[in-house]
Amino acid sequence: MSLDSKIPEGPIAEKWTNHKNNIKLVNPANKRLIDVIVIGTGLAGGSAAASLAEMGYNVKAFCFQDSPRRAHSIAAQGGINAAKNYQNDGDSTYRLFYDTVKGGDYRSREANVYRLAEVSANIIDQCVAQGVPFAREYGGLLDNRSFGGVQVSRTFYAKGQTGQQLLLGAYSAMERQIGKGKIQMYDRHEMLDLVVVDGKARGIIARNLINGEIERHSAHAVLICSGGYGNVFFLSTNAMGSNATAAWKIHQKGAHFANPCYTQIHPTCIPVSGDYQSKLTLMSESLRNDGRIWVPKKKEDVEAIRSGKLRPREIKEEDRDYYLERRYPSFGNLVPRDVASRAAKERCDAGYGVNQTGEAVFLDFASAIMRYGREAANVQGIHNPDEKTIKKLGDEVIANKYGNLFQMYEKITDDNPYETPMKIYPAVHYTMGGVWVDYNLMTSIPGCYALGEANFSDHGANRLGASALMQGLADGYFVIPYTIGDYLADDIRTGTIPTDTPEFDAAEKAVQERINHFMNNKGSKPVDHFHKRLGKIMWEKCGMARNEKGLKEAIAEIQELRKEFWADVKVPGTANSFNQELEKAGRVADFLELGELMCLDALTRAESCGGHFREESQTDEGEAMRNDKDFTYVAAWEYTGEPSAAKLHKEELKYENIELKQRSYK
Amino acid sequence: MNLTIKVWRQDGPSDKGKMVDYKLTDISPDQSFLEMMDVLNNQIIEEGGEPIAFDHDCREGICGMCSMYINGEAHGPGRGVTTCQLHMRSFNDGDTIYVEPWRAKAFPVIKDLVVDRTSFDRIIASGGYVSVNTGAAQDANALPVNKDDADAAFDAATCIGCGACVATCKNSSAMLFVSAKVSQLSLLPQGKVEAHDRVLNMVKQMDEEGFGNCTNTGACEVECPKGISLENIARMNREFMFASLTNK
Repeated sequence: MSLDSKIPEGPIAEKWTNHKNNIKLVNPANKRLIDVIVIGTGLAGGSAAASLAEMGYNVKAFCFQDSPRRAHSIAAQGGINAAKNYQNDGDSTYRLFYDTVKGGDYRSREANVYRLAEVSANIIDQCVAQGVPFAREYGGLLDNRSFGGVQVSRTFYAKGQTGQQLLLGAYSAMERQIGKGKIQMYDRHEMLDLVVVDGKARGIIARNLINGEIERHSAHAVLICSGGYGNVFFLSTNAMGSNATAAWKIHQKGAHFANPCYTQIHPTCIPVSGDYQSKLTLMSESLRNDGRIWVPKKKEDVEAIRSGKLRPREIKEEDRDYYLERRYPSFGNLVPRDVASRAAKERCDAGYGVNQTGEAVFLDFASAIMRYGREAANVQGIHNPDEKTIKKLGDEVIANKYGNLFQMYEKITDDNPYETPMKIYPAVHYTMGGVWVDYNLMTSIPGCYALGEANFSDHGANRLGASALMQGLADGYFVIPYTIGDYLADDIRTGTIPTDTPEFDAAEKAVQERINHFMNNKGSKPVDHFHKRLGKIMWEKCGMARNEKGLKEAIAEIQELRKEFWADVKVPGTANSFNQELEKAGRVADFLELGELMCLDALTRAESCGGHFREESQTDEGEAMRNDKDFTYVAAWEYTGEPSAAKLHKEELKYENIELKQRSYK
Repeated sequence: MNLTIKVWRQDGPSDKGKMVDYKLTDISPDQSFLEMMDVLNNQIIEEGGEPIAFDHDCREGICGMCSMYINGEAHGPGRGVTTCQLHMRSFNDGDTIYVEPWRAKAFPVIKDLVVDRTSFDRIIASGGYVSVNTGAAQDANALPVNKDDADAAFDAATCIGCGACVATCKNSSAMLFVSAKVSQLSLLPQGKVEAHDRVLNMVKQMDEEGFGNCTNTGACEVECPKGISLENIARMNREFMFASLTNK
């Protein structure tokens, strides 16, 4: 199978317009004859399902949660980028394009990123028209804020709940179509296989999670919008149910999986507190605007803090190591996510971690509180204010900016961040890798598309803050409605796809056999046991820093663990009832294969780029070092039976508009 | 901490259901309530039983999936938290904790602590949107919105659709949920165009689903993890009355 990215000809700024003008269309009467399946109802799936239904297609949407409104896009905090230039600060489509390619460490496809930047402005218009309550200024116009890695204010936000508000916008658009009967909603359903007929995606096998029934659903095209695979690590900021099963199933049926090793480890999360921990909570990147990150300079202070003999505020200023400010004087605490995460790991590995497990650093707001307090005192005309007044005024300013985050932190840790520094540590947050797609978002299976975090296309090796929401909605609202027509134009006479064919029989049988195996396996250990062990291997050997020896070990260990899982997993209950352990077993079985492919990809990519740090490829100062000569390509893996035997296809990345440079934040 | 957990077990919608006792030892006060439930479930599985079914997903208080009635309170003790944000430090060593599902006619039990809340989706489908197709929007700044209105709309829009308001209401009323959406959209110029039809249709659907009416007890506002204000119900009543009187 060859890799054709189908990037249109012409100058980059005209590619998308030309492409839209030249691809095939489906007329309104014929759209009524065409069925489309959408898997997942987050920003990508929700916006795609709503838009396609509005155009006239018959949409069947699936989600494993009890309502499409629960998808994990809802948890995004900070904001959404768009090149609106409302702040008159020199933003443009080109700048957003440039920042995204640079932030992605020059490992993304230029044409896709340019299109993303181009449609970003339409997204904001659309969301506002839907009634999304973005933050506004007193004049009634939209407000913006700034985010890491860029020099303009282009981030639109709704307090710390931007993802929630955008998702509710897409959800309400979906519900409107559900009410009209143009979308059939299948909640509490999970896709368990893709059905391919004559080389084309023609339907899915799904399990009704309430009664366990195995169902056949046919369509002329299938859209995978099922999110990322961060839960391979067990502990991540993803929701408990976030999984890679839909993406992995289409991979097994012929869709290439691209750059699986690109994982984003977010620097500001609440550290792990014990073995019982089920997930990690992110604290928004926006906190790094005002918080200073540090650890003690002296080992004895570290010991004293760990044993509770010293409180962080008792450590003198000169005994603190503000290591980001020390190492990166020009960007300081606002270096990109990958750089900040690795720097925290470096200090903790050296023995300076500030909690019991040695895996935490301080994020301190003391100086920001006093700075804002003094400013507020001036504004209010309070002369010679005492420390207490300044602190009180400063607390108020901080509460206005980050109140909900501080409250969330206090609820989880029982520490008050106004009085003592937060403890943070990096955690798995987002996966840039995903299903390989061409410019039309079609995977290597005709008729099967991948949107949002599930695909690999726009963020290269590292995603910038506030860009995930932008990509999900761009794909769903403004890309797929155009590109899908080009494919479906040939299907207007096909008619409804029958489900009583050998292809559906075979797919259903395979699904049924796997479920039977789980139910009849008289193993001894629950699913979580295996998932936690997989997560530990991945975190230690394919996490923030990777090396050849560790990755080889990880591959062997995962293969062993997979065997043990199939032989010894214990799934209680029955197959034909509501059975959450059975759901988890299927997801973990797929993670156990995907994890191995991630390690293989990380092993093959013997360079450091973005979120992928190979210890063998670093500068003398310990910074990530790319190897553009050998690795300026997308690694697209073809499934051949075993993850370790996956076949590598390379899509060369051509940079015609941006010059490749080594990133520097010094 | 050592605890006794009394949990509602119900095999399916037609099963009668009953409270079942479990003992737990060595629970850390830093554990979240749902992590305590994970530990309990793995203990049940290892002893050869069937784990307790419960809804949960994001575990950071925003998806609205978790839904436990703990010691007689929706989302348990503590204000402004969902079940997943509740920590064991809110309880004492030796406590007995009662865990039940949301109870309301319009939220039938699927299994154990899992209930069917699709009635909420049907209410939104009846009118909880602005009728704008993708691509039909004007420039976002072409329509200035008064900041106070925008902020009030945002406060109403933070509803996570968990259903705690219904579970806690003696009438099983969904008025807080419905009024939050009605308010968000009626406060914004984008939503004003369809305001009358919206409120009439949503209230009609709410009644058809079997939710009760509001008697201004205010328990919903107290138990709402997002602090949605009772003012929204007043606004919805006003909108409803106005729409009923003026609609032709």
